[in-house]
Amino acid sequence: MIHRYSKNGLNFLLDVNSGSVHVLDDISYEVAGLIDENMSENCPENIVNELSQYNADDVKAAYAELLELKKAGQLFADDDYIDVSRYIPTDAPVKALCLHVAHDCNLRCKYCFASTGDFGKGRKIMPFEVAKKAIDFVIERSKGRKNIELDFFGGEPLMAWDTVTKTVDYARSREAETGKKFRFTITTNGLLLDSDKIDYINENMDNVVLSLDGRESVNDEFRKTVNGGGCYDIIVPKFKELVDKRGDKDYYARGTFTAKNLDFAEDVVHIADAGFPSLSVEPVSADDGCGYELTEEQLPTIFAEYDRLAEIMLERRKNGKKFTFFHFMVDLNQGPCVVKRLRGCGAGYEYVAITPDGDIYPCHQFVGKDEFKQGNVLDGTFNLDIAHQFAGMNIYTREKCKECWAKFYCSGGCSAANYNSNADMNIPYELGCKMERKRLECAIYLKAMEQMEEEL
Amino acid sequence: MKHIKTLTSATLKQTAAHGGCGECQTSCQSACKTSCTVANQKCEHNK
Ligand code: SF4
Ligand code: SF4
Repeated sequence: MIHRYSKNGLNFLLDVNSGSVHVLDDISYEVAGLIDENMSENCPENIVNELSQYNADDVKAAYAELLELKKAGQLFADDDYIDVSRYIPTDAPVKALCLHVAHDCNLRCKYCFASTGDFGKGRKIMPFEVAKKAIDFVIERSKGRKNIELDFFGGEPLMAWDTVTKTVDYARSREAETGKKFRFTITTNGLLLDSDKIDYINENMDNVVLSLDGRESVNDEFRKTVNGGGCYDIIVPKFKELVDKRGDKDYYARGTFTAKNLDFAEDVVHIADAGFPSLSVEPVSADDGCGYELTEEQLPTIFAEYDRLAEIMLERRKNGKKFTFFHFMVDLNQGPCVVKRLRGCGAGYEYVAITPDGDIYPCHQFVGKDEFKQGNVLDGTFNLDIAHQFAGMNIYTREKCKECWAKFYCSGGCSAANYNSNADMNIPYELGCKMERKRLECAIYLKAMEQMEEEL
Repeated sequence: MKHIKTLTSATLKQTAAHGGCGECQTSCQSACKTSCTVANQKCEHNK
């Protein structure tokens, strides 16, 4: 399977199964559009005839180069090296937890998927006892895995600060004896940050996610305090202090765009210039009819905006004001192994979310959907049927993904988004797919430009 | 090659051999809670 596209004068040819990426001149790009996996040794006459605007010898030479790629396994490679059944995990180790330490929030963001923090189940803070059991659960369930990820999430996790610090202490205290290594992440809206918390986070959290949507007007339209005011002026100085003191440890400023700011490249640039050059701004997932949901009709605008953002990033790279946009990052060489690309996020078996009551769900997006409740850390129950159902899904079991050129980059999308839009975890959320493919085209383009600039 | 420049050559297949050790980060957690791209993740094998 191949995918061809042109962007700003560059022609790309991706060979899906091998992961190869080629940049083609116009002739070879045209030839590539006329061939399939049954390439003959010599360039067929009909191709020469069809491309009569070019010199016949050049067409033949281009064909020969494509054939060479094919012989080298870099074009029309097949995927018979992938033994899918071998990669469907049974009884896989759980190695990442999303701890919902607070089902409560001090903001009232209009688009919140957690119904302003409580996931529709009442406001609650996780007692340390529950968190402790969650740590015990993941230590045991992670089996031979060394690296364990723990994400403090909510609601707003800073509202459960006491639980957060005690949990970190407890997890660390068990590392030596168990041979595990915990990596902590915290996601915060910033409201409760003060210098002590900032120092603590910078010392203990391997990653921090700072919620910020972009320009003040855009941010404050959706991210409201309990009194209905905007939060921009409160949070940005605190985020700045955190990032300024953070050194080279990871962080992300993370925003959401909606139908109200389809010029979101402005927000991306705004966040970068506000002092947060490591960032992500993502499409909202919202119900139809809410007034700010993204629709099929907006796609051309959204695509054009991604294109514009890519050009802005190129420009910025040249004047030394470069920033990292999470969705345009792609590692073409040392990325994850094919097994990982097959399965994606691991929700429901490698990764689970724990509520303040200790209930286990496949991931943060499934919390509160009773039919997906997998167990509870307090009584040690863990429903393996649900875990196996999730473990059994991959890009080969999802019909549409099987046919999609982006599958090894995307890894089959988000089960939660699929479920929310189609009531079926195996049917991809189309709108999301279209944006994903567009972002990948931009990402590969940026990578190509970078690589070619380096070689100059 | 005159007409074609290869940015990255077949690398996926090689990863099938050592792949699946499972020590890498879970995708959704690295930055953004609704993300589903894995291609930007780091491999932790042999680290
Ligand atoms: S873009 Fe959509 S169809 Fe393609 S692999 Fe991802 S989820 Fe599947
Ligand atoms: S199902 Fe979706 S939201 Fe949940 S962990 Fe996977 S990618 Fe993330």
